[in-house]
Amino acid sequence: MPWDLDNDRPIYVQLMEKIRLDIMSGVYRPGDKLPSVRDLALDAAVNPNTMQKALSELERNGLVYSQRTSGRFITEDENMLKQLKTELAAEQIRQFFEKMKQLGFEDSETLALVKKAVKEES
Amino acid sequence: MNPILECKGLSKKYTDAFYALDNLDLTLERGQIVGLLGPNGSGKTTLIKLINDALIPTSGTILIDGKEPGVETKKIVSYLPDRAYFDPSMKVKDILSYFADFYDNFIMERAAHMLEDLDIDVNARFKNLSKGTQEKVQLILVMSRDAALYVLDEPIGGVDPAARDYILKTILTNYNDNATVLLSTHLIGDIENVLDRVVFIRQGRVSLNATVDEIRMQQRKSVDALFREVFKC
Repeated sequence: MPWDLDNDRPIYVQLMEKIRLDIMSGVYRPGDKLPSVRDLALDAAVNPNTMQKALSELERNGLVYSQRTSGRFITEDENMLKQLKTELAAEQIRQFFEKMKQLGFEDSETLALVKKAVKEES
Repeated sequence: MNPILECKGLSKKYTDAFYALDNLDLTLERGQIVGLLGPNGSGKTTLIKLINDALIPTSGTILIDGKEPGVETKKIVSYLPDRAYFDPSMKVKDILSYFADFYDNFIMERAAHMLEDLDIDVNARFKNLSKGTQEKVQLILVMSRDAALYVLDEPIGGVDPAARDYILKTILTNYNDNATVLLSTHLIGDIENVLDRVVFIRQGRVSLNATVDEIRMQQRKSVDALFREVFKC
């Protein structure tokens, strides 16, 4: 099943996002070995060079590391993973508040609505 | 290593007044998948035929792996023409042996494996297969060669979306890291994600040569959307 990608943003950025999300959601655990570039490219139905670029970028950010000849692995640095999770959450929240603003809600009103929704759910 | 394809000032005139290719410059490096895109009549097929020595340039040069198109370059170029060039009354298995005889770099196991994957009966005669299946057989033959340059003229035009996915996967699986795939198509949206680079051809000249992600970063739109804008009728 090809990965679900938008068609107006760079592909390698979206591949990075998808792999990051897979790490956060536990598809890959800290220390896990990643599939080969070619296998990942086939799975995503994208160009292998584009997948290579996404992995190199993730490596540059420290989220994955490569061990000569044996492949690429997910970082075991728990602090880094925790920090990334916080960053991704902050991004989600920012986008949500942005959308609510477009609907005409002030941040305080949005917050009140969120609180109310959480209360009703529990 | 030298570029796999180098065209300099390449022109092809069919009549006195009409240049199908007009002073075209294009260099392709190894190890990439390149989309050759342009409206009907822009010169795509002329360029492809020149690469395959099916036409002689009016002026300019074309080099494949540093050599002019000919017997030597045909050994390293695997070409999917827009129509079949073998006797359609042949059985699929006979076409396979024909290719194995003809090309040193034809890998029989690879072809057999793909035919099996797609449930294609090797005892069937080519002409009795559906149009889509014929296209699949031809692509399998072409991708089963261990070539340095694959030239595919409209490889996915006649097949359904599911087979399209398989064909793209076939291309991704079978080209090696140093090989270059040049493919022309009108179905840009379907293939955009597997391309490294796109070359837009307009009136016999290269009007754009950029990677897919460069286009998306600079234009904030897909190659498909850009094509529709640039070549708006």
